[in-house]
Amino acid sequence: MKRGALSTIAAGAAAIFGAGSALAAEGAPTPGGVHFQEPATAVMRDIVSFHDNWLMPIIVGVSVFVLALLLWVIVRFNRRANPTPRKFTHNLLVEVIWTIVPVIILVVIASQSFPLIIKEETIPQSEYTLKVTGRSWSWAYEYPDLGVSFTSSILSDEDIAARNAGDPEVPARRLLSTTEPLVVPVGANVHVLVTSEDVIHAWAVPSFGVKEDAIMGRVNETWFNVDSPGVYYGQCSELCGKDHAFMPIEVRAVSRAEFAEWVVAQGGTMPGAPAVGAGGEPEAAAAAPTR
Amino acid sequence: MSHHDAAHAGGAHDAHGDHRPSIYDPRRWLFSTNHKDIGTMYLVFAIIAGLIGGAMSGLIRWELKEPGITFLPHLVHVPHAILEQVRLGVMNADQLWAWKVDAAKHFYDTLVTYHGLIMIFFMVMPAMIGGFGNWFVPLMIGAPDMAFPRMNNISFWLLPVSFTLAMISFLVPGAGDHAGFGGGWTLYAPLSTNWGGGATPFSYHDGPAMDFLILSLHIAGASSILGAINFITTIFNMRAPGMTLHRMPLFVWSMLVTVWLLVLSLPVLAGALTMLLTDRNFHTNFFNPAGGGDPVMYQHLFWFFGHPEVYILILPGFGMVSQIVSTFSRKPVFGYLGMAYAMVSIGLIGFVVWAHHMYTVGMGLDLEAYFIAATMVIAVPTGIKIFSWIATMWGGSIDFKVPMLWAIGFIFLFTVGGVTGVVLANSGVDTSFHDTYYVVAHFHYVLSLGAVFAIFGGFFYWIPKMSGYRYNGFLAGLQFWIMFIGVNIVFFPQHFLGAQGMPRRHVDYNEAYQYWNNISTIGYLITAVGVLVFLVTLVEMFLVKRKAGANPWGEGANTLEWSLSSPPPFHQFNELPVIKPEAGH
Ligand code: HEM
Ligand SMILES: [Cu+2]
Ligand SMILES: [Cu+2]
Repeated sequence: MKRGALSTIAAGAAAIFGAGSALAAEGAPTPGGVHFQEPATAVMRDIVSFHDNWLMPIIVGVSVFVLALLLWVIVRFNRRANPTPRKFTHNLLVEVIWTIVPVIILVVIASQSFPLIIKEETIPQSEYTLKVTGRSWSWAYEYPDLGVSFTSSILSDEDIAARNAGDPEVPARRLLSTTEPLVVPVGANVHVLVTSEDVIHAWAVPSFGVKEDAIMGRVNETWFNVDSPGVYYGQCSELCGKDHAFMPIEVRAVSRAEFAEWVVAQGGTMPGAPAVGAGGEPEAAAAAPTR
Repeated sequence: MSHHDAAHAGGAHDAHGDHRPSIYDPRRWLFSTNHKDIGTMYLVFAIIAGLIGGAMSGLIRWELKEPGITFLPHLVHVPHAILEQVRLGVMNADQLWAWKVDAAKHFYDTLVTYHGLIMIFFMVMPAMIGGFGNWFVPLMIGAPDMAFPRMNNISFWLLPVSFTLAMISFLVPGAGDHAGFGGGWTLYAPLSTNWGGGATPFSYHDGPAMDFLILSLHIAGASSILGAINFITTIFNMRAPGMTLHRMPLFVWSMLVTVWLLVLSLPVLAGALTMLLTDRNFHTNFFNPAGGGDPVMYQHLFWFFGHPEVYILILPGFGMVSQIVSTFSRKPVFGYLGMAYAMVSIGLIGFVVWAHHMYTVGMGLDLEAYFIAATMVIAVPTGIKIFSWIATMWGGSIDFKVPMLWAIGFIFLFTVGGVTGVVLANSGVDTSFHDTYYVVAHFHYVLSLGAVFAIFGGFFYWIPKMSGYRYNGFLAGLQFWIMFIGVNIVFFPQHFLGAQGMPRRHVDYNEAYQYWNNISTIGYLITAVGVLVFLVTLVEMFLVKRKAGANPWGEGANTLEWSLSSPPPFHQFNELPVIKPEAGH
């Protein structure tokens, strides 16, 4: 597993992202963007659709309704339009309505909310287990069953310039690109275990709909299943001290074949492949569920 | 709510026995036991703290105007040892700049931290509770003063002490070489502890800054608890004859609920802070997993205080807005009892929703489901309040005086902040929004555009009563419009940044976030002009000295304070007013 880090990365990157590989997706912020990053998992698509189809219409509706009422009273009941104020202070009917209707709206929201959290929080049968460890200020990744582990830190401005000089298909991005991206297979359930070696960090990839606190002494779990090959970025999302803004997350989702190549290049062993070290677990692959 | 015949009982009677000491006599302020003087000190304190906290947010926004760390490195304090290295040539100019950039990262975190703490503990709370509460709770219930006038004095004077400690904390070493505590106003452990060091010297706070901050917040908490006890006693025991609980003005109701929240929630914060203190100094392990403790327990304790706290910051505003809307619509409050009990239920429910701030700690499905449901329930009484304010205006004869502008602005902008709260309540979506600028936008809509609008509304509503002078309507109106536009430009784009995934508390950001950050900073500049206009309005008012009558607002202003002269006599209601039920109530 020892290797010259940079040359391996370069070789790996060339193997994975060589000419012709369809690297359509990029999970990154867009300049001036006002909406979510492009979703890359079913969970994130559900988050977006819950937000866009249910929450947004409701909250925009409520806000516009309140604004319209305010404008109406401003126009209709100002001093000039209505010199003598009326004195009523009760109206049972409207009071009942504005209690019941919000309750109904909230029940509707909850009916959509609960299925979503069930989907997010129920870890499906997973092909791969990924252990993520936050530390000040970088991320350590490990596929315990594959015998792969490495550390991923922020890519310096010089390295970004160097990488982009070669006019790569996916440019390196400031504050988002890392020295060594996490590589995951497309279309596989990945069970993520998140913990920390020191203060609390949070492992977040917006386009996956994943954000999980990394806490010392506790292992949190979440999962994802990436739709299509691409590069997906995230950033530490729990204040962890001076370099909190400088411990990015870069995930490269690749085909299963490319993933297997990468694992081997990292000195690990794919399950089912002739065992190099210990721990090839053939059943894991057989049990691969469709989610 | 109630008619009264206090005009003679209060104002006229007291006037001749009124021994008002000179404002230049320091003893009047240091030893004050007068609720109005103490209220004034609270308000002055809040304005000063607000300017300091506001300046900090200016530094934050200026740094965030462009990507890269470009501005704050110019401001960081360079320790003597570093300067010495530069002098000896061990460190060249580039290395010095790199050192400053590094220091600026921590400096940025401290600005975010102290900005939040100052605005919450030293601006909003002193203005609303200490300032307006002290001034107007006794006046509105027909009491001569607060129940415990000397305790009132110590409640106030603890606050400058606490603030001084917080400022010391800002300046003494916090993490390694760097000054101040940079862990956010939530003070999460383990970042707020000193266990670390070694390989990662800056990830923990080994310096005394955090200890000073703990002490500061303990004292601020003691000040608030003493104040809260004072209010509870005053409201329960010192109402004028006939002033039943159900005839109290809504501002008094809002204060009653607020101070109960304080009494019940602050001790929990005090407990959490004490555990932090002993973890830091006496090797206890409350929050240290290595010793059997749990960092998540800190968050539960903090938010058990923290969520009620955010309602502490807004409930008095609800009360003020109710008074203002009723006064300028010249119409009694719609659904008085519903309004009062909506606040009571908000207060109660507010104690059982805390973990909606912690959806990502890994609490599991059942707990998330519970906290989603409980949190959304709060939207119901909140909706009752919004609609009742509008119903109060409905059929009214509205006068758009400056306080009313702030109140109407409040109602709309608070609605916007409220609905994004409902979005965040859904942990499924909060997975995306948590710890992003969306949350920052949410809480600034309810605080900077909610609580602060209510404070300005209350200020212009009551300043003729407090000072005896009328403000310049043009200047004050100008301030409203500038700030209304400014704060919306600051905070609305932050929803977009959050949706795009920009995490909060990041000193630097990817270029993709530049567009909206730049606009947000422009909004800050506009807002700052509004604050300047506010200061000009204040100065102009005290220079020109336009006399305000006892009741500048007319028939709509029918609570007891308007029956007294402006400013009220130094001691009022020596003969208690008698409150009669309102005809047809
Ligand atoms: C309908 C009412 C409200 C609901 C449902 C609501 C919900 C929430 C939720 C779920 C969060 C956590 C978001 C996150 O960290 O991911 C939050 C944060 C926050 N809310 Fe609200 N909220 C409401 C009203 C208010 C009010 C009235 C205030 C204060 C005036 C307030 C102040 C805050 C603050 C300060 C935070 C951020 C705390 C921090 O993390 O630093 N909210 N709110
Ligand atoms: Cu972090
Ligand atoms: Cu809350």
